[in-house]
Amino acid sequence: MDRLKVLKTYKIYIGGKFPRTESGRYYTPTSGKGEALGNICLSSRKDVRNAVVAARKALGDWSERAAFNRSQILYRIAEMLEGRKEQFTEELVFQGLNAKQAKNEVELSIDRLIYYAGWCDKYQQILGSVNPVASSHFNFSNSEPMGVVGIITEGGTSLLSLVSLIAPVIAGGNTCVVLASEEKPLCAVTFAEVLHSSDVPGGVVNILTGQRNELIKPLAEHMDVNAIANDTRDKEVTLMLEESSVGNLKRIRSYDLNWEKYESQHLHLISDFQEVKTTWHPIENIGGASSTY
Amino acid sequence: MAKKKSNQIKWDYASAPESTGHIQLKDRYDLFIGGKWVKPSSGKYFDSINPANKKVIAKVAHANGSDVDKAVKAARKAYDEIWSRISPAERAKYIYRIARLMQERARELAVIESLDAGKVIRESRDVDVPLACNHFFYYAGWADKLEYAFPNRRVEPLGVAGQIIPWNFPLLMAAWKIAPALAAGNTIVLKPAETTSLTALKLAEIIKDSGLPDGVVNIVTGFGDTGAEIVNHKDINKIAFTGSTAVGKIIQKATAGTGKKLTLELGGKSANIIMDDAPLDQAVEGIINGIFFNQGHVCCAGSRLFVQENVADIVIEKLKHRMKSLIIGDPLDKNTDIGAINSKEQLDTINKYIKIGLKEGAEMYQTPCDLPKGGYYCAPTLFTGMSQSSVIVQEEIFGPVLTIQTFRTVDEVIQKANNTPYGLAAGVWTDKGSRIFNLTTKLKAGVIWANTYNKFDPTSPFGGYKESGYGREGGLHGLEAYVKLK
Repeated sequence: MDRLKVLKTYKIYIGGKFPRTESGRYYTPTSGKGEALGNICLSSRKDVRNAVVAARKALGDWSERAAFNRSQILYRIAEMLEGRKEQFTEELVFQGLNAKQAKNEVELSIDRLIYYAGWCDKYQQILGSVNPVASSHFNFSNSEPMGVVGIITEGGTSLLSLVSLIAPVIAGGNTCVVLASEEKPLCAVTFAEVLHSSDVPGGVVNILTGQRNELIKPLAEHMDVNAIANDTRDKEVTLMLEESSVGNLKRIRSYDLNWEKYESQHLHLISDFQEVKTTWHPIENIGGASSTY
Repeated sequence: MAKKKSNQIKWDYASAPESTGHIQLKDRYDLFIGGKWVKPSSGKYFDSINPANKKVIAKVAHANGSDVDKAVKAARKAYDEIWSRISPAERAKYIYRIARLMQERARELAVIESLDAGKVIRESRDVDVPLACNHFFYYAGWADKLEYAFPNRRVEPLGVAGQIIPWNFPLLMAAWKIAPALAAGNTIVLKPAETTSLTALKLAEIIKDSGLPDGVVNIVTGFGDTGAEIVNHKDINKIAFTGSTAVGKIIQKATAGTGKKLTLELGGKSANIIMDDAPLDQAVEGIINGIFFNQGHVCCAGSRLFVQENVADIVIEKLKHRMKSLIIGDPLDKNTDIGAINSKEQLDTINKYIKIGLKEGAEMYQTPCDLPKGGYYCAPTLFTGMSQSSVIVQEEIFGPVLTIQTFRTVDEVIQKANNTPYGLAAGVWTDKGSRIFNLTTKLKAGVIWANTYNKFDPTSPFGGYKESGYGREGGLHGLEAYVKLK
């Protein structure tokens, strides 16, 4: 007799834990062939708020870590993803890709993590500057993370778009609340498990599943979210995001990139979520005038 | 009444030696050429000695001209056929692999480094090896981002790089050389110093394990003659050398007119300046670290101490007191602060300078301690009462010997600190931020530490002004040494 397969329960990821939605609701997205993908959490506004609280709590520790440490952790995520390649390929195929497309998407996602792992301790050197002010001051500008970033992913790719936005946001020291693809949520939940086993501190990445239309507004209006990465490619959604985020002047970054292209990984995806801080420091000016060495 | 007993407490530490049980060393090492272990064509091997007990650790091949030629040919082939053709992102992944494998074998590398170089395990374990791993990790990330480092330029690799490294930080110097060269897309022929070949050879094993294509990194061991064969080889595009200024000058002469790109990281006589408003206890720790770190075998050692006159007495008193608590002994003991001098040759050089200092009339202070028997050791040494023109003030000693001079004004100390043919590093100790920047602006040195000393990081460029060499290693600037910009 064939062995009966154990089915997986897909849950959301908040503050390093895997709760069910507080609302107790679910939805059942289907594959291209009409098969049910599973009972997926239909997260609520309250889940969004809980996720933002967790992200804010994690921000201090994550943003103050050595850039090198963040680099090692992003590399570790890639290592973990490489080890679970088959699981992701299987899910991607279940959601509708063919085997070749699925393999390609997983491999691109791994390499993208490696790309941004490399940036963690380098973007400061490209984005920063020493400014030759006319007075006797040492004046320099450096990058600091914006804070809590909301990430709204698009349905086109399930894993790659997720990784392509999470990686630059956390590489830059931000924490985030991610709304997974409504139609193809499986990889997002499984990716949370990868993050969970990769030395990423709880709360740095929080992932919610559910209906975009229900969750997007509470996220955009939340006063403790500093920026939003918008990958919806939807004019109306973008308009709504820009309008409803005025409360705390959220930085809205909207993308229309083909994530499968190499060019879609870029330093600017990191700098989009950085503030610039300039420091002035006096320079004493005594002696040395006759030093000719 | 009973006889008065001495109630002095003995603070000696029990010995805490690091185990050598887990390290794997062969009795004899061949040359690493084209991904294989190749016997030297001369059939000659030399001894690698543990300077703490003068025992032979392993025999190492002595490469001659024909071996170097073989290595260059292997590097050229790997460059033409593989390394210059694979994508930068794949290049990055190879370098990350090397970094990870090094991290996995970090303890073994640290123990071998201490055995072979006489350096204390505390430093090889906590400084040399982690920094070496991190250097690979850092430069791995640059491989596919070079266009950001040089905007509006087309970035190309140079080809085959010849790299010659010193004995003071054997594995770390190998990392400083290999990592950026690989990231930029070059292939390599590297020669470690003759007294400290072993960790470079262990690195060759790691490189082999990483699956890096054969011939991308070749490691040839030997003496100065082997180095000269690399410098003079016609099919090498780049020479990177770390070592003495005297040899650096010979190399510049030898490569003149050949079109070989050259970077030199040479000697130093760095000033460590203590202003009267400095936190003195902290400064004393900085002085100790500046000159006694790695037995003073540090090109950027803070070997010339300048103390503002009004605090000179107290600083020197605190310094002598602190020196008494330094533990000199077995490099493998976790409590040891100062290990063995790297070789007999270097010990002779240091002793020569100590004699010169005494002859010049300077006053010497050495820590009262029993030096361990059976190895090459030198007690931490201070000199006071020299003039600016004294030989021990002007020349690099490369050992645990500090000269102390005083000054009154900022202007005076800038003059004195800059009065040297070298310009590698400097230290400034003061409570006043604006004064730090005044001094860092006016001191002619490539690296300046403020209220700290001997700090290194893969992201931070290192290298000298003047006769301390040219080019930078580390950071974004370190890439420039290994690229052709069009």
